Amino acid sequence: MTALHPRKLVTVVCEATLERAVLDTLRAAGAGGYTAAEARGQGSRGERAGDWEGSRSIQIQVLCDADTAGRLVEALLARYSADFALTLWVSDVAVARPGKFP
Amino acid sequence: MPDPVVLFFALGLAARLARSDLRMPEPLYEALSIYLLLALGLKGGAALAQSAAPALAGQALLAIALGCVLPLIAFAILRHLGGIDRSNSAAIAAHYGSVSVVTFAAGLAYLNARAIASEPTMPFLVAVLEVPALLVGVLLARLGTGREAHLLRTVREAAVGKSIVLLAGGLAIGALLGKEGTAPLEPLFGDLFKGALCLFMLELGLVVGGQLPALRRAGAFLAGFALAVPPLFAVLGAGTGWLMGLSHGGIALMATLAASASYIAAPAAMRMAVPEANPALSISVVLGVTFPFNVLVGIPLYERMAAAIA
Repeated sequence: MTALHPRKLVTVVCEATLERAVLDTLRAAGAGGYTAAEARGQGSRGERAGDWEGSRSIQIQVLCDADTAGRLVEALLARYSADFALTLWVSDVAVARPGKFP
Repeated sequence: MPDPVVLFFALGLAARLARSDLRMPEPLYEALSIYLLLALGLKGGAALAQSAAPALAGQALLAIALGCVLPLIAFAILRHLGGIDRSNSAAIAAHYGSVSVVTFAAGLAYLNARAIASEPTMPFLVAVLEVPALLVGVLLARLGTGREAHLLRTVREAAVGKSIVLLAGGLAIGALLGKEGTAPLEPLFGDLFKGALCLFMLELGLVVGGQLPALRRAGAFLAGFALAVPPLFAVLGAGTGWLMGLSHGGIALMATLAASASYIAAPAAMRMAVPEANPALSISVVLGVTFPFNVLVGIPLYERMAAAIA
C-alpha cells in the first residue's frame, strides 16, 4: 500500500479582486501550487452572488506543510481580513507524494 | 412606444423581486459586456478616423475637467452635508464622477429609436471620462491622512481594466480600419447591438433587484443623494456638451454620462486603492437607485433638457 503523509489543506474564499494578491502571498509563503475555482455564497459581508463583477468570489486551495500553512494564514489575515470579504480554514489531510507540497 | 431596453430591464427586476429562479449564466454576462464595450469602441473609432484632431483634443480636455469636478462636488456633499467618513465619501464620489458605459448605451439606444443624431465620436469621450474621477477619488481618500495615494498603481490598474482595454482597444481598431474596414463587422457589432443590449439589461435588472435589500442599510441620506445627484450632474454635463459645441443628441449623451455612476471600473479601482471604504454602500446606491433612475426617468429628461439648450 502507498504510504500517506500528513499535510495541511488551506482553503481561502475571498473577493475575486483579491485573487492576484492572494496568489502573490501564497508564493511568498513558499507554497508550491494551488487550485482555484469560482465560488458564491453568503457571509458576514452579505451575499456574494457571483452574477457580476462586484460580487464575484473565488476559492483557492493550497496543499502544504504546517509551517507554510502557518505563514500563509498569518499573512493573509494581517493584510486582508480587515477590509475584504475573506474567510479561510485549515484542514488535516494526507497526501501520497509529500515532495509536491512544501 | 416604450423602449425595449427599459422593458427588458423591468423584466429582470420583476423576476428578481418575485424571487424567480431565473439566473443569467455569468459567462454570458461577461461575454455580453465584452461585446457591448467593443461594439461601442469600434463604432466610435471608425468615426474618429474622419474627425479633426484639434476639435477632439478640445473636447477631451473639457471631458477631463468635468471628470475632475464631478467627484469633488459629490465628495463635498457626502462629507459636509451627509457627515460620511472620508474614505467612504471619496469612494462614492469616484463612482459618481466616473461613468457607466451601459447607461451611455441605453441613452444612445433611446436617441436612435427617436432618430435623434449624435456625434459618432461620443464613445471616445466615454473612455476619456472614465478615469479622472477614479484618481480624484483616491486623492480625496488619502489627502491629509498621511497614507500614500498610490496614484500610479491606480492609473495602471484602471488602464488595463477590461472596460478601458475594450473601449480604447475598440476605438483604436475602429480608427485603424475606418468606415470601410469596419463595414464587414457591421452584422455582428452593429445589427445585433440593440438585441444584445436588451439581454444585458435583463441581467442588470436581476442584479439591481438583488441590491434593493442592501439599500436599507445605506440609509435615507445616501438614497436621496443617489436620486438628487444625477439630475444635478446632468445639468453640468449638458453645459459641458454645449461648450464642446455638440449637437442636441451629443449634449443629451454628455448629460447622461455625467449623470451616470460607474459600476465596473470604479468598484474595482476603489476596492484596491481605498480598501477600507465599504463597497456595499456605494454599490447599493449606484445600482439600486442611480442606474434604474437614469434608465427609467433620467435619459428622457436629459434629452428634453438637451433639446432646450441646443
